[in-house]
Amino acid sequence: MRRVAPALEVLVPLALLGLWAAWSASSDTFYYPPLTDILETFNETWVFERVGSDVVPSLLRLTAGYLIAVVLAVAIGIPLGLNRTARRAAAPIVEFLRAIPPPALLPLAIVVIGVGNSMKVALIAFVCLWPVLLNTIDGIRGIDPTLRDTARVYGVSRLATLPAAAPQIFAGMRTSLSLAVIMMVISEMVASTNGIGFFVLQSQRSFAIPEMWSGILLLGILGYALNLLFAAVERRVLAWHREAHA
Amino acid sequence: MIAPAAAVLAVLALWELAVRTGLLNERHVPAMTDTVAELASLLGDDDFWVAVGHTLEGWALGLGIAAALAIPLGILIGSSPTAYRSVRFVIEFLRPIPSVALVPLAVLIYGVGLESKVFLAAFASFWPLLVQTLYGVRDVDPVATDTARSFGLGRLERLYRIKLPSAIPYIATGLRISSAVALILAVTAEIVIGSAGLGREINIARQGGAIELMYALIITTGLVGYGLNALTTRAERRVLHWHPSQRQVAA
Repeated sequence: MRRVAPALEVLVPLALLGLWAAWSASSDTFYYPPLTDILETFNETWVFERVGSDVVPSLLRLTAGYLIAVVLAVAIGIPLGLNRTARRAAAPIVEFLRAIPPPALLPLAIVVIGVGNSMKVALIAFVCLWPVLLNTIDGIRGIDPTLRDTARVYGVSRLATLPAAAPQIFAGMRTSLSLAVIMMVISEMVASTNGIGFFVLQSQRSFAIPEMWSGILLLGILGYALNLLFAAVERRVLAWHREAHA
Repeated sequence: MIAPAAAVLAVLALWELAVRTGLLNERHVPAMTDTVAELASLLGDDDFWVAVGHTLEGWALGLGIAAALAIPLGILIGSSPTAYRSVRFVIEFLRPIPSVALVPLAVLIYGVGLESKVFLAAFASFWPLLVQTLYGVRDVDPVATDTARSFGLGRLERLYRIKLPSAIPYIATGLRISSAVALILAVTAEIVIGSAGLGREINIARQGGAIELMYALIITTGLVGYGLNALTTRAERRVLHWHPSQRQVAA
């Protein structure tokens, strides 16, 4: 049984893919083209025809917005985590801003910043800020008191204990990563002339159905790849943490 | 209690001041008092409440459908190690797909009405719930299961008495996450594809240059999100009052 399981892990996804291919091969429904057509279009569109014009701009916006959010969130989160009064004062504001559904800010961002790249970057950064901020605050608050006391006894600054909050900060960064992808797509769907989100919506509007599917597929692969990349970075950066807790 | 209230007032006052002194362009950001007045006048407007209702309708149906599918499926898959292993990769691949990538597909299949909104909200909130349920069911204390088994409890009874109670905190957290996600997707659908609701009203206000109205509506969506979050947290506390995570005194 234990030996069967790893095989299943590979076989079931393959079987599902095969099922999709078989089911769609004979399909003449306009909206669900055969899988082979989608893959062919994917090959024509994304390898590497539109990489420079759509994928790279999308990824640049995503990276810029995400990094700005992480830096800001950690910078704001550390003082808030250390200071109880500041934290309580900021709580209602943070809770309210966080509760605004991010797409609702899109019209506002267009009015205030315009439709350019900076609007998209700002929007991604604003949305990604909250999970990292909340986790930074909680992470700093949750630092083991023994650690803090030890630092004090040895006359080390309290700042030396801050890395203990890193695992939780990374948990927030992981949540923010998927939000970043979502905001990238939304902002490109509403006001853009390039990007993956733009391409997918444009394909749908011009009834280029295999193109639309290929874009959706690309977004899926992108989301998955970003997750893998993040896990690798996290493993690297937090290696000391896992060793300490092994 | 004083510090939070003071901070909120300070932010509001700063907003007002920044606009009145011309630090913020009034064409981009209306004064706080004007926005609040607009919001107050909205409260007496029937159309406004209809829009709120449309948004909540999309949220409730989406979340409801997601819960009806994800929780039973999670329990089923989580109960069998073989099933879990064979679908793990599929879930890990489908989960990070940004739900908004499906907007065009939803429009094609369901049009621009309520169905699209519900489909998107349900798809997006399905995954956090499924993953939480899976974790919950798999996290059952093996001693409890073994004890139940040696007392001769059958499969169904073990599910009902052991697995479900220990999975419920996970499911509750999943519901809280999914509730926020469902609201986001409902508003996204309203903004991007123009289904009826607060999102569409915001877009119309922007296109018509009614800046105060736009800000008032955006604040409304924030209040709706805040309210739903408070509601789910409260419900969680009530249902889980017996669970250790809720027993501690608020810090």
